[in-house]
Amino acid sequence: MPNKTITIALAGNPNSGKTTIFNNLTGARQHVGNYPGVTVERKEGRVIYGGYDIKVIDLPGTYSLTAYSPDELVARNVLIEEKPDVVVNIVDASNLERNLYLTTQLKELEVPLVLVLNMMDIAEKSGMKIDINLLSQLLGAPIVTVIGTKNQGTVDILKAVLDTYEGRIKLTSRTVRYHHEVEDELTVLQNTLADQVVKMKVAAGTAGSYMVQPSYPLRWVAVKLLENDREIINKVNSWPGSDKIMAAVKKSRDRIREILQDDPELVVVDGRYGFIRGACQEAVTFSGTNQITTTEIIDKVLLNRVLALPIFLGIMWLLFQLTFTLGAPPMEWIEAGFAALGEWVSSHMPEGLLQSLIVDGIIGGVGGVVVFLPNIMLLFLGIAFLEATGYMARAAFVMDKIMHRVGLHGKSFVPMLTGFGCNIPAIMATRTLENPRDRLVTMLVTPFMSCGARLPVYSLLIAAFFAPEVAGNVLFSIYLIGILMAMLMAKVFKTWLVPGESEPFVMELPIYRMPTLKNLLIHMWERAWLYLKKAGTIILAASILIWGLFTFPTVDENGQPYANAIQQMEESYAGQIGKAIEPVLAPLGFDWQTGIALVAGFAAKEVVVSTLGTLYSIGDEEALAEGEATAAKDFAQRAREQSGFTPFTAYILMLFTLLYSPCVAAIAVIKRETNGWKWPLFTMAYTTALAWIVCFLVYQGGRLVGLA
Amino acid sequence: MKSLKDLLPGEKARVSRVGGVGAVKRRIVDIGIVPGAEIEMERYAPLGDPVEVKLKGNHLSLRKEEAASIFVE
Repeated sequence: MPNKTITIALAGNPNSGKTTIFNNLTGARQHVGNYPGVTVERKEGRVIYGGYDIKVIDLPGTYSLTAYSPDELVARNVLIEEKPDVVVNIVDASNLERNLYLTTQLKELEVPLVLVLNMMDIAEKSGMKIDINLLSQLLGAPIVTVIGTKNQGTVDILKAVLDTYEGRIKLTSRTVRYHHEVEDELTVLQNTLADQVVKMKVAAGTAGSYMVQPSYPLRWVAVKLLENDREIINKVNSWPGSDKIMAAVKKSRDRIREILQDDPELVVVDGRYGFIRGACQEAVTFSGTNQITTTEIIDKVLLNRVLALPIFLGIMWLLFQLTFTLGAPPMEWIEAGFAALGEWVSSHMPEGLLQSLIVDGIIGGVGGVVVFLPNIMLLFLGIAFLEATGYMARAAFVMDKIMHRVGLHGKSFVPMLTGFGCNIPAIMATRTLENPRDRLVTMLVTPFMSCGARLPVYSLLIAAFFAPEVAGNVLFSIYLIGILMAMLMAKVFKTWLVPGESEPFVMELPIYRMPTLKNLLIHMWERAWLYLKKAGTIILAASILIWGLFTFPTVDENGQPYANAIQQMEESYAGQIGKAIEPVLAPLGFDWQTGIALVAGFAAKEVVVSTLGTLYSIGDEEALAEGEATAAKDFAQRAREQSGFTPFTAYILMLFTLLYSPCVAAIAVIKRETNGWKWPLFTMAYTTALAWIVCFLVYQGGRLVGLA
Repeated sequence: MKSLKDLLPGEKARVSRVGGVGAVKRRIVDIGIVPGAEIEMERYAPLGDPVEVKLKGNHLSLRKEEAASIFVE
């Protein structure tokens, strides 16, 4: 039995191989959640080693620890507030100088540090020779060399962690020394701060109400104040005597600007890079020449000015096919399996409400959750592959110009494209976006990407009301309107709902790498499990609720059972809702039957058309007797005869189906991804309002010109 | 003054000053594009924006509007 629990945190740049090492360390013992209040993912795992139960926190991958980016702020706050016992800094050895920049900031935070030089194979191949001992001395931290993709050196990391934790490593602690003018100002600020902290301690002793010791190192606070760090300035401002500190800060910043003729922020960054350059000049030798790397050769093709777009579209096409074409058979098996289970239960249970609850409510509901699994697993397998190989950054590079026009990021393209298959994996795929505002807006507009479930609604209505020659154009126009609405709303949201600077596109195009199967499978499994656990329960509950709305009341006001299924549906709560909203729908040219169908469509959009089918079988005894197997042709016939729709109103119904609230499963996933009810409810409300406004304008406009 | 945006693919230059403000400027310097750094324009994206540059053997991408705030000589 492990006798002691310690916590370590993994910090590192994006693409430093941090996740691979996290997987190597913890295997499948992982837990994914969110940091409170933000859409930044929190990953934790556990490993038992050397008599310790070690909790491993995988911090978001960052280049720095500023307060500008939510990822960086989260990483920083974990380091300060949770005080992990050891911080393991994963460094891409082949990209040493840039990666060590984060290291210098970790040193300034005075956390117990273990440096892990990853990708040693690539570094050596490029002709780099690193004097590990010397570098360790110069940086004042123990260094372990590993090759994450080959799972080499994993145990060495754990050894170094325990050596550090148990104090067996004796190294002179070193930190960045800045320009002497900056050092002078830092001393002044540190003294002012120390003075204030003493005062706060005294005040706390008497009144007990002040935050005593800011749990930050004073030198770090001084550096951050020079860097004009908003978060720290806000903290300091809440301390007593802050005006004195802030006055000193202003004086120091002005002095530095005057003497060094540069922004204090830049001077600080320059100091860090200077420190790193110094260390690398001593400890690293380059024997390699400037040879062209494999990555450069691949990019000559994949990012070629002419070929890049066709190749990108081809890869997206493959991703789409993988997710939805390859995913179709298992989805059919799942549907067939649940249908068979339902039939089996039906035949072994007396007919009645309980049977209906179990078969239609619960089995149908669970089936409705599980059926999305093949899509989700395949999509994330594909996305994990594209991310791990390094192509995802290129995809963003290719698409950014278009996406940036509406205020989004190049990476928003993948989730939006996936939306054409199904919005549920698409909304989950917004996790590839680091910036929370980009992510939120992408999530809010993705439902306008017309998903596969809406297609049967269009095809049946088009077949019933449009000539075959125009069918293709009609369908295309619906998809196009969806895309335009998504672009429009993205722009609107970026301008008014979550205004602010757009995410910088300054990022690395990592070298191409072959991913390991283990990493891909862990990623895929993680997503599937998250979906089942977090979204599945909500979808199931909502399915049962909708079942109830269509099932109750089971008898009329005289206690008599209804004459047939149509009357039952009409009198059910859902039917009553449909009738109640008729006045709202009337200005769009819809009657109460359409109202019921739209209510039903909230469960799943394809249900819109089957509900209409059931309602229009009134007076059509033959078709009713045939039950659900009524062919599309019959539907077309009956819809024409009984709905009173014209091609124009049918088109408006298609528009409404495209735009109004995404299905309950999509809403549940938005709830899960945003960690609250605010955004899913907002999505339901705004999409439905938009659908109403668009359909109102089109219908009334059409009436004016005599279309209806 | 010449900015990174004005370089043609294949051209090399030395960063002289980083302008701009806020998160973008901070990200630019944090990633290593600091005064004194040698930088090479590698290519433009197929639609003309963003661009790819090479800095100390590694490849970075940035938008032209971001590249315009990086002055080179």
